Amino acid sequence: MSTDPAHGGAAPPPAPAAPFGPEAHVMVGNADMFINWARKSSLWYLLFATACCGIELMQTGASRYDLDRFGAVFRATPRQSDLMIVAGTITHKMAERVIRLYEQMPEPKYVLSMGSCANTGGPFYKDSYCVVKGVDLLIPVDVYVPGCPPRPEALIDGILKLQKIIEQKRNFAAKKA
Amino acid sequence: MSRPAEALPTQEMLINMGPQHPSTHGVLRVLLRTDGEVVINARPDVGYLHRALEKIGERVTYAQYMPFTDRLDYLASMNCNCAWAWTVEKLAGIEVPERAEYIRVIVCELNRIASHLIAFGSFTADMGAFTPFLYSIRERERINDLFEAICGNRLTYNYARIGGVSADLPPGFLEKTKEFLDYFDPKIPEYNELISYNKIFVHRLANVAVVSAGDAVAYGLTGPNLRGSGVAFDLRRDEPYSVYPKLEFDVCVGTGERGTLGDCFDRYMVRMNEMRESVKILRQAIAQIPEGPVQAKVPRVFKPPAGEVYFRAENPRGETGIYLISDGTVNPYRLKIRAPSFVTMNIFEKVTAGLMIADVVAVIGSFDIILPEIDR
Amino acid sequence: METQAIFERLKEKFGDAVAELQSEGFRPAFVVVAPDGLPGIARFLRDDPATKFDSLMSLSGVDYKDKFAVAYHLHSLAMRHAIGIKVFLPRENPSLPSVDAVWPAANFMEREAFDLYGIDFTGSKDLRRILLPEDWVGHPLRKDYKYPDFYHGIKV
Repeated sequence: MSTDPAHGGAAPPPAPAAPFGPEAHVMVGNADMFINWARKSSLWYLLFATACCGIELMQTGASRYDLDRFGAVFRATPRQSDLMIVAGTITHKMAERVIRLYEQMPEPKYVLSMGSCANTGGPFYKDSYCVVKGVDLLIPVDVYVPGCPPRPEALIDGILKLQKIIEQKRNFAAKKA
Repeated sequence: MSRPAEALPTQEMLINMGPQHPSTHGVLRVLLRTDGEVVINARPDVGYLHRALEKIGERVTYAQYMPFTDRLDYLASMNCNCAWAWTVEKLAGIEVPERAEYIRVIVCELNRIASHLIAFGSFTADMGAFTPFLYSIRERERINDLFEAICGNRLTYNYARIGGVSADLPPGFLEKTKEFLDYFDPKIPEYNELISYNKIFVHRLANVAVVSAGDAVAYGLTGPNLRGSGVAFDLRRDEPYSVYPKLEFDVCVGTGERGTLGDCFDRYMVRMNEMRESVKILRQAIAQIPEGPVQAKVPRVFKPPAGEVYFRAENPRGETGIYLISDGTVNPYRLKIRAPSFVTMNIFEKVTAGLMIADVVAVIGSFDIILPEIDR
Repeated sequence: METQAIFERLKEKFGDAVAELQSEGFRPAFVVVAPDGLPGIARFLRDDPATKFDSLMSLSGVDYKDKFAVAYHLHSLAMRHAIGIKVFLPRENPSLPSVDAVWPAANFMEREAFDLYGIDFTGSKDLRRILLPEDWVGHPLRKDYKYPDFYHGIKV
């Protein structure tokens, strides 16, 4: 028999009020936990798609592998984003713009290097004269996601690992030893 | 009392539509000189993705170059792979088994549908309608599944080989493709109902950036851009290669149905109709494909005869030409890729004079350019 | 129209500017032309009703080790035939007239040949580097190009 009030069943009994514990609607933690929880759950990423990995990034954010369920939406401008997913090859002509975009992002900011080209220069490592061999020569990188291009599941794994990194951050003064 | 508008001093603005931009389909930089909202001159600045693919071609062998052709136009990877394979086979006179040619045509046409789906999705997203992008990615993911069954990768396939394809179709592939085609058939009318004839969409595209047929030919436009201006030239029908002579399809041409012939709307509708024609081609290819081997015997150390050859294939973005010079050694001597998007940019400055800034976005999207092709 | 016939027609109209026909192992065949005669020949090929080459498919620089060349691939939409034109240039100061007044599609392609080979196209309406940064030194696709060690402090 149904317990759904909308279908004529009886309503469930009200939860007992308790000051603390699982039944209470109260959470206790330190400031770091809440700040990091908020930051990791709304990572807005900059749409910085240079090459093929950009298409996988778009597909990860689209219908099947929805990135929005992790709170990550794409922003077109670096001023409103806290994660820069460097997806694609960086050439020497583009290098100064990458640094400028990184500097335009407000703190706290993270960089995820997606794909072989952004990690180390990719298939263009050996013979190309105009490819920067890895975006970490330009800006500090937090997470590297290998692949050419990485599957959407791999990119999501990278974002989850970044979330774990964010969880560990200390936002206030370091503990005295 | 305020001064009349003519007496106010005005100045041109120089706006940088920078390499990082949501609507430029890659790292394209456009320098706009505008008078308010009206563009006086829009100069494209390319080269932000120049990866020296032609120099790399001189240092690797013919077979090793195949993955690099993937990265040339990654939305039409199969087409670029097959174009490279056809070029080298034309140079060396290699006879490809018929089953391999049919498989190549099947994957090329599937990739054409996938590429036009992204062109459709991102174009409508640039125009401000985000939902069709999610619809088109939903369809494209099914094509990605088919490609993953064939070669293991979703985006850069490296599937064709000199002399054939790398592996035969897995069992059940043709049935799955037929299922996909049955699923996809009602989608184009659905998209046309959803967005194509929407009043705002039509208003933004009709009569914008009209390219006449003579200009289109003189400026080197090819593919859907050329056919959108009314010129019925399709390499698959007029200079056929592979097994295209055995397949029947219509050539989609712009008709000026909602504006002038050769405007952005015509180019967009040509792409939508081409998806339908690709479905037709696919059905015929699936019905006609014979059994047999999928790779010709090519020596392990492959040294084609010395000579120069130019081959062109009909890619989703236009005509991809490869000019290959061989001196008889294992590496190509000179490898020049004639990329359709590169040549299309010739007409960009002419066509954007006098448009509004928002129309520049429409022009970039309607030409369906892709930057790795431009920059190689 | 056969390439041999086009070659003969060009030879009788332009005489010495048309040097030879490379056809063995070359598809399409190439008509080798002197640099000075190029604009006239290009205009003739485009406008003559028997040839009507209205579409420039591709323009590429080539570095044969002792000389440079610029190879043009032409196609006619009306007559459905194709031909190639090749111009040989010396390695020092390679320079030839531009054809972007005849086929506007040549503009970007000439800029690319200038950028990657250093071939100067005189009379071009806009000749600047296109693919490499403006302050790049050298022309990379030459066979004797040495890769630089650093560019703006970043390792090449």
